[in-house]
Amino acid sequence: MIVTDASNPPASHSGDPGAELPRLAKKKFLHDAAEHVRDTGHRAFVRKALGGYYTNRDLQKARFRNWEHARDAASLAKWSAVNRLDELLPRFVANFEANGGTVHWARDAEEARTIVLNLVRAARAKAVIKSKCMTSEEIHLNAALEAEGYGVVESDLGEFIQQLRGEPPYHFVFPCMHVRRDEISDLFGKHLGTAPTDSPEELTMIARRHMRRLYVDADIGITGANFLVAETGQISITENEGNARLTAALPRVHIAISGLEKVVEHLDDLAVLLPMLATAGAGQPMTCYNTLYAGPRRPGEADGPEEMHLVLLDNSRTAILADPEQRDSLHCIRCGACLNVCPIFKNVGGFTYGTTYQGPIGSVITPHLRGLAEWNHLSAASSLCGACSDACPVRIDIHHHLLHNRRNAARTAPNAWEKIGHRLFVMVARRPWLFGLGGAVFRRTLPLLKLLRPPLLRDWLASRDLPAAPRQSFRRQWDRRQPLEPTAASVHPHARKEEA
Amino acid sequence: MSDTTGMSAREVIMARIKEALRVPAPLPHGLAEDSRAQVGPPAAVLTTSGGSGATVMSAHASTGLPTLTVLPEEVARPWLPDGGETPAERLQLLVENLGKLRAIVQQVPDLTAASDYLFTLARERDWHRVAWHPHPLIEPLLAGVPCATYRVDPADFDKNALESCDAGITSCEALVAQTGSILVSSATSGGRALSILPHVHVVVATVDQIIATLADALHAVRDRHDGHLPSMLSFITGPSRTGDIERILVLGAHGPKELILILVG
Ligand code: SF4
Repeated sequence: MIVTDASNPPASHSGDPGAELPRLAKKKFLHDAAEHVRDTGHRAFVRKALGGYYTNRDLQKARFRNWEHARDAASLAKWSAVNRLDELLPRFVANFEANGGTVHWARDAEEARTIVLNLVRAARAKAVIKSKCMTSEEIHLNAALEAEGYGVVESDLGEFIQQLRGEPPYHFVFPCMHVRRDEISDLFGKHLGTAPTDSPEELTMIARRHMRRLYVDADIGITGANFLVAETGQISITENEGNARLTAALPRVHIAISGLEKVVEHLDDLAVLLPMLATAGAGQPMTCYNTLYAGPRRPGEADGPEEMHLVLLDNSRTAILADPEQRDSLHCIRCGACLNVCPIFKNVGGFTYGTTYQGPIGSVITPHLRGLAEWNHLSAASSLCGACSDACPVRIDIHHHLLHNRRNAARTAPNAWEKIGHRLFVMVARRPWLFGLGGAVFRRTLPLLKLLRPPLLRDWLASRDLPAAPRQSFRRQWDRRQPLEPTAASVHPHARKEEA
Repeated sequence: MSDTTGMSAREVIMARIKEALRVPAPLPHGLAEDSRAQVGPPAAVLTTSGGSGATVMSAHASTGLPTLTVLPEEVARPWLPDGGETPAERLQLLVENLGKLRAIVQQVPDLTAASDYLFTLARERDWHRVAWHPHPLIEPLLAGVPCATYRVDPADFDKNALESCDAGITSCEALVAQTGSILVSSATSGGRALSILPHVHVVVATVDQIIATLADALHAVRDRHDGHLPSMLSFITGPSRTGDIERILVLGAHGPKELILILVG
């Protein structure tokens, strides 16, 4: 099903660097992928970094009494929430506001940026501290805040490193997994004036010391949200470092930004989803801090923000919702498991995608967020091995959705050459004599093709070798085969066993 | 959808959602196969592919679309990690899980022994100041602490004072055997920052606070606070950690480097 909602064009976000000219994104992808694949050192580094993950994930999965059935339950929880968003979203909002929070609805990235900027201005904020929030990457919030003269500090260690490097996250769960420790040491030396070290522990402590005063001094704390609980009006935030806890505890105003698809109906659903998120995404029994917030500080509580705001972001999520075939891609809990197992991700790296959400799930949803014509090449960059769908804790049919995107792209903007090619094949394959003739011609001209590299084959031959052509066609070989003498074993496979 | 001028963002988005949901989506991948044949109004019942007999959904009376009749958590319970059947099993699981998470667990028979242990901790680690909040399990332990103390006070909270403390001492809502999690809240653990800002987090709890599963812990909190949930509830599962540098585990990223559970009883 193709999304054609006139009021919600997929790629209409002005200022979005993703809204590039058609084909430019694809060209860049092909170029970067080719570069990256050659960098075997980098590939080995990424593979090594993920090595521990596989072991821990399997260990934790084994603690489930039945992981596969637990996946059924998790996917059901998300399915029943996403398919009842019309009922559950207003219920969540009413309960969130009853808890004392304020909800702001944002149709697109620009509206979301404006809302946050207005809140920051109204609070007369001097310093803003942020914990990891992919929706803020999606709407390019930091650039907007900095353009207005507000200093923003990313507090998550990986995000902080990426901020200093001036790069977006490489992986939406492990933002700087591609950076070596000596590079981080140099980076900290340059920006923070610290002495070089090759100990990850010492590097972490440098960031810890640097950040502590910033939490205390910030006026505004910005976080993301992993789940919105409809029945209680709480938002749930998952993190390992404690930076989101600090961000939502010390500043005077707490702003959370969340996609509207993050709703679950029951608080109990989290008892399933939280351990599965941790196990699938990072090989942990639970992420270190799973925190539920219900509004600002209550009377009688020692601390906490005076105000709590939630920006509910659409930004084309309703376009995905309008596609029943791919609606389940809104079940995504952003665990990152599909990236960790993806052969494409591991070989082309996170930056090559050029998207906010990398990897298989990014390839599925980016065409909806930024336009199918420009971003369909991501769906073609897949071996269709299905590793992503197997890894997904909420059973999103990821690799089939890549096929759906390819089909939709072919329907909306058919490729003339492909069409002619397929027609020709059908014509030939239906006529055995023509098929035989074609085969004969092809077998004889194969060495010539290899030599001449006609344009249609050039891309394909660039990274592959054509095998030598057999001298005879398969049909000919089949007709001439010597029938095998039947042996005792082939007639009675168990005969020998019985004799023994 | 036609004219959206004059509509608020909320109205526009809700209209988009209603429009989008007019076409139903198939059941989740993996469940679709066994269930499709059984969908049909009004009383059809779907079972999960697990075939354990658990009733997950029944059809919506008017539309024929499936709706949940049993919580996914109730369905998933037998499939999630074990939480222990008996108190002894739960205690063992909790201690085991916390150990793997590199938290420190000290079991003590009573509050006097707890007080002694806290004294030793403060001495060994050379604490200058510890933060605490009023609670029947904590107050008795502080008398003998060989350092300054800071009492978190709702009337006069001072984040700078808290930041200067070496350790924060809190009670908790529940201990979860299944995952080794400690559930704290802004209502019963001295607010939000006390359990996250100081370098060491000491939790004082009794053995009867041990609960089997995450769901049980959530139920206990809801019962206790009777509809008025604290503004923050946090499952703490081990000391703060990060793997952001080459995916190598480092403890003490921004939150406490050490998590110490004093288990009384
Ligand atoms: S698609 Fe599934 S595996 Fe990938 S990030 Fe989302 S939830 Fe995780």
